[in-house]
Amino acid sequence: MFTKLAEYLQFPFVRYALIVGVLIALCSSLLGVTLVLKRFSFIGDGLSHVAFGAMAIASVMNLSNDMLLVMPVTIICAVILLAAGRRAKVRGDAAIAMLSVSALALGYLIMNIFSTSANLTGDVCSTLFGSTLILTLSQSEVILCIVVSLIVVALFVMFYNRIFAVTFDEDFARTAGTNAGVYNVIIAIIIATIIVLAMNLVGSLLISALVIFPALSAMRVFKSFLKVTVCSAIVSVVCTLTGMIISILCGTPVGSTIVAADIVVYAGFVAAGRLASKRE
Amino acid sequence: MSDGNVILTCKDLSLGYENITLVTGLDLEIRKGEYWCITGENGTGKSTLMKTVLGLRPALHGEVIWSDEAGKSGIGYLPQQTDVQRDFPASVSEVVLSGCQGSLGFRPFYSKEAKERASLNMKRMDIYDLRRRCYRELSGGQQQRVLLARALCATGDVLIMDEPVAALDPKVTEEMYELIRKLNKEDKITIIMVTHDPDAPSRFATHELRFGSEVTKHVY
Repeated sequence: MFTKLAEYLQFPFVRYALIVGVLIALCSSLLGVTLVLKRFSFIGDGLSHVAFGAMAIASVMNLSNDMLLVMPVTIICAVILLAAGRRAKVRGDAAIAMLSVSALALGYLIMNIFSTSANLTGDVCSTLFGSTLILTLSQSEVILCIVVSLIVVALFVMFYNRIFAVTFDEDFARTAGTNAGVYNVIIAIIIATIIVLAMNLVGSLLISALVIFPALSAMRVFKSFLKVTVCSAIVSVVCTLTGMIISILCGTPVGSTIVAADIVVYAGFVAAGRLASKRE
Repeated sequence: MSDGNVILTCKDLSLGYENITLVTGLDLEIRKGEYWCITGENGTGKSTLMKTVLGLRPALHGEVIWSDEAGKSGIGYLPQQTDVQRDFPASVSEVVLSGCQGSLGFRPFYSKEAKERASLNMKRMDIYDLRRRCYRELSGGQQQRVLLARALCATGDVLIMDEPVAALDPKVTEEMYELIRKLNKEDKITIIMVTHDPDAPSRFATHELRFGSEVTKHVY
């Protein structure tokens, strides 16, 4: 088995896929706690459907680089959902559900009417579930992904204390002189960036799993925000790496295998959490 | 008591929501060292006044003026608990330290002084031994003391509290009142407290602002 793996690792595209996978897993786990607690667990689904809709428009318009359209559109929707959330007429899960189904439906509609591709169902399926897409990354895409991931991690570390403060108690943060609005926008931008990145890996349907599973697992065992954040980053990277290696060796779909690994680890953490609380 | 400097002035303040005006023409002067209770039925504007004073919502009309002194040292706010906090994975020291966020400036991390201030306030509230515990696993009274320590990190002068004893049992309520009284008497911290407890004003306060069909002031 190891020789088989070593053989696969000879190919640059396999190495690229693993690097990108690890980076995306790391980034996507960082904001998990914040999103779960703000009752935005489904934002991954919602925004990735927005990104899907934007991709459909981009492909119809024949843009050479669809990121130029997808990224801004997704960021704008994230800002609308997260930053304006408290004052909006439709908010929380309802807002996400509305946005997500509309974007999905319109995206598919546009692709159906204008598409030039012969294999439409195949295209849609791979966008939704992630596919071998990650194995076809070019070197420049890998570099872009590395740069964006590093920026995301740097932003998160720099604003770590503010993100904590704004998530834990937004009103108190405002009275203590923190500009909560600005940090909500920063959180929204980070999450939108992560989702567009992660679409390549697990596809839009499974992004929520990548965002929330590691945080939920870590929250079962650890009691401080710092420990939960560090633990969920580690869990996320380990699960993604395991999932990808299994899928390379056994030929299973990448996204689903990663999520399966996340589920197994979650079950393990639930058991560990029960044991720990019994011992106290 | 009322010889302290004025720290908060409200001039001709009107409070309310978009279409409903709850209070008009409210004038208020709060001086350093005073202990104000804000009382009244639900929906009469107590919380709205508090949020307006804190700058969390705009006034419909009129002005809220904090003195330079209070503006510099910051205002400590003790809010009611939210759903988010009930399952938030945070240790006590992380929560208290977040009270120092006003002093962060453009730095990403807390300074040594901020951490010392957090430790000091945890000792003051007698929760230093709990500092590694998870906030959500504490009892209601302990949680309130954590939030009070956090508020003290944000201020040296003024505490604004939103029903600080709402969910506490009688014994813990008395302990909480005693803590607040000490902060007011010994540390000369100005207290502004929204409360439902009908006995609180006469027992502790120097002033009461009573909301009803009209707003009345009482001095004790």
